[in-house]
Order: sequence, then structure tokens, then C-alpha cells
Amino acid sequence: MNFNNIQNLINTLIPSLPSWIVFMSAAIFISFFVINAVVMTGALTVWLERRLLARIQSRLGPNRWGPFGLFTPIADIIKMIGKEDIVPSTADKKIFNLAPIVLLVPVLLVFAVIPMSSNSFLGQLNIGILFIVGVTGFNTLAVFMAAWSSRNKYALFGAMRGVAMLLSYEVPMALSIVSVVLTTNFILNIEGSSLSALSLVGIVEAQRIPFFILQPLGCLIFVTAASAEMSRAPFDMIESESELGAGYHTEYSGIKFAIFQLTEFLAPVATAAIISVMFAGGIRGLSIIPGSISLIAKIFIIVLIFIWIRATWPRLRVDQIMNFAWKFLLPLSLINIFSQAVLLQIFLSSSSISNTELWIIAGINWIIAAVSIFILAKVFGHKGRAKNIPIPSPLANMEFKSE
Amino acid sequence: MFGFGLFKGLLITLKNLILPSRLFTTHQYPDRKVGPIELAKFHQDWQNTSFLQFLFNNPIKIIQSLLGLISIKDRYPQHSRFRGQEFGWYENRCTGCASCAKYCPLGIIKIETSRSGIDLDEGQKYKVDVFDIDMGRCMFCGLCVEACPYDALFMGSGFEESKYFRQELNIDIDNLKNNDTKPSNWFRPQLEGKNYDPRGSGPLEWNQVGRHEKPSDTEQASKWGKR
Repeated sequence: MNFNNIQNLINTLIPSLPSWIVFMSAAIFISFFVINAVVMTGALTVWLERRLLARIQSRLGPNRWGPFGLFTPIADIIKMIGKEDIVPSTADKKIFNLAPIVLLVPVLLVFAVIPMSSNSFLGQLNIGILFIVGVTGFNTLAVFMAAWSSRNKYALFGAMRGVAMLLSYEVPMALSIVSVVLTTNFILNIEGSSLSALSLVGIVEAQRIPFFILQPLGCLIFVTAASAEMSRAPFDMIESESELGAGYHTEYSGIKFAIFQLTEFLAPVATAAIISVMFAGGIRGLSIIPGSISLIAKIFIIVLIFIWIRATWPRLRVDQIMNFAWKFLLPLSLINIFSQAVLLQIFLSSSSISNTELWIIAGINWIIAAVSIFILAKVFGHKGRAKNIPIPSPLANMEFKSE
Repeated sequence: MFGFGLFKGLLITLKNLILPSRLFTTHQYPDRKVGPIELAKFHQDWQNTSFLQFLFNNPIKIIQSLLGLISIKDRYPQHSRFRGQEFGWYENRCTGCASCAKYCPLGIIKIETSRSGIDLDEGQKYKVDVFDIDMGRCMFCGLCVEACPYDALFMGSGFEESKYFRQELNIDIDNLKNNDTKPSNWFRPQLEGKNYDPRGSGPLEWNQVGRHEKPSDTEQASKWGKR
């Protein structure tokens, strides 16, 4: 299903329409399908995550409603819609009502530029990756809008922490994207391709070997920073249930809370889509399998890994999170850019590239990744607690006279 | 080593996910969803049909169970000595001595008797008019059952007896008579010796639950006639 095909179809069905109406109706047609598919995927992710977490913890999970409990998210949504929509009397009502939408829309917008097929219309947007970075930056604003307008101190605590965290993790994320764009630009220039290095189609085109093999350090930084960006475990500081109630959406109920919940479970899917395009080769794969199916399989695997990580690792403290971003990830991403640039300049200066050169770069990158992580961990990491010398009890030196 | 624990943790959760030895510890109650194999096993016990027979006879049920639509009743295995809530009473065994009422630490058993005029030569049997137990205050200590010299009162093995009103928890004499005569093995070693299971086996008559077999007429005559 291509954009031009649909335009032609509308033209043949209803001739003599102005071209802008044809364009708009085709866009609405496609976006209707994409948004519905994405929201249904979010609902299924809720089910998948609950079942898988339960299985990991030797529980059963939701299994009553429908085959294997598949209809549980539908029942959840019906319940959420049926609930009363409470707005606190001291809340700033306009911003309070706007916040869920501001949080949801960027996640949907990410799927607009994901190249689902080789001739994807919006994937060829020549600043695609900048679009994604700009759009996902909205979640900071939405979290703060929700917390500030609801006049709840726990919500505000969560949002203050969250904004600090989200802003600081934007930096390593953007820097890891820089190294991807750098590599893409090098390879596309040598190939003589006309695609932009910032477009996602160009990034997919440049991945002769997947970028997670070519630059493991960049992939690691991006995955870490992205899981902090969508505030999932181990970085779920914004809504740490054990400390803040529910964080920024403490005061929300009904359908607005459902939108927050949906966004929370949709974010891993969107992030997995970005990661699979940028680091796992996107629609490239085995030649037998259609490109869109291999992309969906990659997204699925990455979502599974996110769920696995959430089931395993505990939440970090506030100071640990900030230290991790500024003392560890930022130097690591600078090292990544520098080493990548130097290696590309050394190995890819000829007029044509062979895969052996790329494999050599990948090997050196793996060594650099291991060494730099080890050294940074030794320099900035947790020093290890000094051995506790037990303070002698005052009773130890007392003499008890036995009579 | 630094950061090694993270991957150890991931390995442990992966083991939990994959290894069949770390399956669910949840026991589902009162029913559970079953796949085709378990369903066939369930029917094997129920109707004496083999697995393949069942599979050919009910293809629709197999598909339904594959979709996870079929659930069977299930409960946790329960000990035969379980002290449950359905009290029962054999009227034929009871003499109206009211030992149960005397031994009850809460005093929630009420018995009223009158002279029946039956068996006058054996010293006249009592007729039990009122036999009320207030189950709302019962603590299931089983002392009434222990105290009964003729094994007339017994405990059941049920536990799903919640009611909406407190008055409904009072058990009267009709209720005691009409309850299932499936005594729990609590303080009934004679039943446990016969491997009686109140959940699996059938109901017992009044002459099957005694501590001793009833003596035959000749035995009775030889023993009691000399007195």
C-alpha cells in the first residue's frame, strides 16, 4: 500500500477533484490505518508485558477473559472509559486536559517516519532522524504540564525528577545518533547515493552490516538513553510507585489515565521501531522474507528485550541516575563519536567500500567499547564500600564482677 | 567483576522464563483453563474414554481448548481429616446425652430432649427435639465430635459456606439430618482404617461409622443374658 497508489485510486474513483483534496484524503486514509494499528499494538503490548512478567515471576498473569487472556486490555479500556473523569478543583483545567494528548501524539508521530517498506513515502523525509529527536522531546513538556497543572506535590516531585532525568538523557541519545549519521554519510557518499544521511531510508540503505555490530557502543548508549527517555525500568524515576504514588499522573482518572497508560506501553514499541531502523537494519534482512515482516520481527524482539530488562533490574536512585548520565554515558558517547570518525577516516578513504573493511571497523569498535567501558567504570564508577570496621561495643571492655 | 551482576540477574530471569522446572506455583481455584491433553485426561477419568477416542469424538472441544476457552473444575487436594463446616448427625446413633453441648468451649450447641417412650425395657430412649449449632461462633476445634460417645455427630469437609446474614449460619436439626452423610476422618480412626475419603467415596449409613461392629444376637445373648 503506497501513498501514490492511493492517490491514483482516489483520482480514478472520483475524477476532477482538486489535487490538494486528493492529497489530504489519501493522507487521512493512511494515517487512519497507521494510528489504529499502532494503538492496537499498544493494547497487545499491555497483554504481552503482563503475561511475560508473570511468567518470569512464576505467576500466571491475566488468563480469564478470552483465549489466553487476550481480551484483558479491551476489558481494561472499557472499564477506564466507564470511570468518572475527575478534575481537581485547584487544577489548571486547560493544561490538565491537554497534557495526555501532548504525551500521546509524539509517540504516534514517530511511526509516521518509520520506513515500513523500501519506497516508504514519509520515511524519505530528508531530516527524518531530527524529526524523531524533536518530536520525542515533547514528552518532557507533557510530563511537566500534567504534574504542574494538577497541583499535587507528589506529581510535582515526580515531574521535577523526571524533567531533570529526561533532559540529561537527551544529550547522550543525540550524540549516539550523531555517530550513526556520521557513518551513514560516509557510506552513502562513497556509494554515490542521492539519499540524505539524516533520513531513515538512507540509514537503512547504509547498513551493509547492521549498525549494532558496526558500532556496539553507540547502540548500547542509545538503548540505555532511550529506555530512560520513555521512563521505563530501571529508569522509572518519574512514576516510582513505592515513593510517589503514581508520579505525574496521580490526579488523573478515567479516559485520560487510559491515554497515559497507553502511551506508557506504546513507548517501547516506538522506541523499538527507532532502534530496529537505526541499529538493526530496518527492513533489510533475509531476501526471502518481505521487508515489513522482518522489521516487525525486529521490533518484537527488541520489545521482548525491554520487558526482560524491566523484569530483572531494580530502579536506580535519583543521584545514581544523574551520575550515570553525566559521568558515564556522556564521556562514552564522546569516545564513540571520536573513535568512529577516526576509524572511518582511516579505513573508508578509498573510492569504494568492501565489507571486509567494515568488519575490521566493527572488530576495533568492539574492542574500544569493552576497554572504554571498563576504564570509565573504574574511574567514575562505584568505588566499592570501605570495609566496615565494627565499632567495639562499650560493653566489651567492661568487667563484670561475679559474686 | 564490575557490572557482571546485571547479566547474572538477566540470566536468572531467563531461566525462570524458559526452564520447565520453574513453572507456575499458582494453583487455580475453583476452575482452571486446560489444553487438549489435560482435557482428554480429565475426560478419561470421567467417562472411561481413551485419549484418541476423545480426540476423534470431540474435535470442536479440542479446538476450543487450544484457544483457551475451556475450563474444568479443580480444587486443591484436601486431607481426609480436614475439619470442615458441614456438621452432620446420625439420628439413629444419638442417645440425647448432650455431651457435645457440655464439651463445647463456646457453648454454642443447644439440645432439648423429651421422653420418647420407645425401648422402654432398655431404659427408654430420649427423643431430640432441638439441636442447634451457631456456626457463626464455631471455631472448629472438634471437641464436640471427640466427646460424642456413640459417634453420632461428625464434621464435614466443606469450606465454601459463607452466607449473607448471620442468622443463616445457625444450623438446626433438619439441616443436621439432611446434610451429606460423608463424615470427615477427624477423630474417626475406624474410618481412616478403611481408607475412607469424604471427598471421593460415597455417603455412609449410620451402622457403618461406629467404633465397634454391632454384636450379633447370639453374642449379645451370651454376653448379656448371663447378667
